[in-house]
Amino acid sequence: MKKILNNKTTRTNLLTYLVVIVAFAVMQAMNSAGMLGSSMKGFLVPICVYISLAVSLNLLVGICGELSLGHAGFMGIGAFSGVIIAALLKDVVANDFLRLLLAMVCGGVFAGVVGFLIGVPVLRLRGDYLAIVTLAFGEIMKNIIGNLYAGTDSEGFHMAISTSKMKLAAGGKYIVSGPLGATGIQKLATFTMGFLLVLFTLFIVQNLINSKEGRAIRAVRDNRIAAESVGINVTAFRMKAFVVSAFLAGMAGALFGLNYSSVTASKFNFNTSINILVFVVLGGMGNILGSVISATVLYVLPEAMRGLQDYRMILYAIVLILVMLFTWSPKVKEFMSVIADKVSGVFKKKEAGTNE
Amino acid sequence: MNEYSKKIVKVPTVNLFREQDKDKQPVLDVRNLGIDFGGLTAVDGFNITVGPTEISGLIGPNGAGKTTIFNLLTGVYQPTRGSVLINGVDIKGMPTHKVNRLGIARTFQNIRLFTDMTALDNVKVGMHHDIKCSFLGSLLHLPSYYKAEKKANEKAMELLDFMGLADVADVKAGSLPYGVQRRLEIVRALATDPSIILLDEPAAGMNPSETTELMHQIRRIRDTFHIAIFLIEHDMNLVMNVCEAIAVVNYGRLIAKGTPEEIRANPAVIEAYLGKEEGSADAEN
Repeated sequence: MKKILNNKTTRTNLLTYLVVIVAFAVMQAMNSAGMLGSSMKGFLVPICVYISLAVSLNLLVGICGELSLGHAGFMGIGAFSGVIIAALLKDVVANDFLRLLLAMVCGGVFAGVVGFLIGVPVLRLRGDYLAIVTLAFGEIMKNIIGNLYAGTDSEGFHMAISTSKMKLAAGGKYIVSGPLGATGIQKLATFTMGFLLVLFTLFIVQNLINSKEGRAIRAVRDNRIAAESVGINVTAFRMKAFVVSAFLAGMAGALFGLNYSSVTASKFNFNTSINILVFVVLGGMGNILGSVISATVLYVLPEAMRGLQDYRMILYAIVLILVMLFTWSPKVKEFMSVIADKVSGVFKKKEAGTNE
Repeated sequence: MNEYSKKIVKVPTVNLFREQDKDKQPVLDVRNLGIDFGGLTAVDGFNITVGPTEISGLIGPNGAGKTTIFNLLTGVYQPTRGSVLINGVDIKGMPTHKVNRLGIARTFQNIRLFTDMTALDNVKVGMHHDIKCSFLGSLLHLPSYYKAEKKANEKAMELLDFMGLADVADVKAGSLPYGVQRRLEIVRALATDPSIILLDEPAAGMNPSETTELMHQIRRIRDTFHIAIFLIEHDMNLVMNVCEAIAVVNYGRLIAKGTPEEIRANPAVIEAYLGKEEGSADAEN
């Protein structure tokens, strides 16, 4: 046990779990004590969703070193497949929690499969080119979903990409109706599930980073030619990172979709992708705990400033610029590393105290 | 035909295998290798065999095509002509990472470490294929993961210790001193369990005492792991002392091949390094 805790990365990982668990416990306690306003309650699930999205994108951008601007596309795939699955399973699986879980897993699998298919041509590209292509992918996904019709009638499940091909028998019910999006969704999402999703995402991403696959992925980021020279199949590992990232984004998307009574495709646009990227960049590339914190703060910030009306986005932008300047300053970095050393020193002392 | 084509005939054709390797298959067998970049012939007619436990050197003036040859041997470039056999397998059409799996590892002239990762992790990347753990095992950290990681850590530490780097195992590779980075690159290459290792100017930037240390280490690598070493180096002291066979290239062509003594006395080599002596050119033809 001592050996494990002496490892710096393991300590950071445990700290991340600890922060998330404590935050969940505090929010849950405040919620049950009735201390949360209705708007704050509404933030809980989206915050969890955005944390998961930021962490999964960090795997791609920070760990793998590939700039992706289409993360909202995977989120959208997850959201709509999750909503459809949840609606279809309504009479089959009675337990809401289980149905939500199934919907999320399906959302993840769909997004992962699409991630793989997209990855085959896209991952031949690097750097700026990859960024542009993923951007285009995100927009294509948004438009496809925006024209998607799905529904059930007496003959079963129907799905089509245009309104003319979609013919439901009398008494049929639309689940997704094109530009209007999915409507009449049964709100299944819960804060507990959001919390579990965040834990799951952290578990997968942090485990991956510290495994042989994760090392290979980081090696590819640091030096592609050297990675190849030691027998690392660069394309295969970029693909693994891409698919895992897409899978997690799909799960988060499904939870997001099932948190509202209606969802439209336009929600999963370029703007959302960029927002997630901002969370990642601000929290620090490759810094998982940073992504968790920045996603939370940056999601709440514009909502908290709603009282300022039109000025809030200007303030949001100013805050972003200031934080970026602040965190880039070498003096601040030095200060932060001193703090980090002190914190880890406390951990070490505690550990030494319990063992000896 | 340029002026060198005549001289190739004079190159000794014997394999300079060490006594104990006489009847063994060469670990590296290069036949008539050549590559053109557009209209420029960078390497042409390059032939060499390297025995299983031989230390051999590749020398030549700047721009002679030495690193290009290394890139051809490791699959970074695909040759225009000729073939490269590693342990008897032709690498034609193979991507670099597959060529490595045939048993060839290398270091780079301009160090290419995974700078943001610790020295230990750098070595463990090299051991990637040696770590037996499924993708699912890695994702979920199943018991197989811990078992494989423990084994990998031990072996990686052993390798680091072998090159005297155990103390810096947890230091980020990018913040290590230059000489240490060079040694770490060698350890990483060794971690891939190669049967031949290519060193591209391993002594570059080292002071004389570090170079002497490196010479001992190169011999120790061969004697411990029983692998072949093929190195590019400008430090003639190192090359002449450590190499059992030397190949000399100039303008992308092999101009001499032999033991250090033969190379020292070879007029074509002297000419390539020091220029043509007045009047002696005709005498040679």
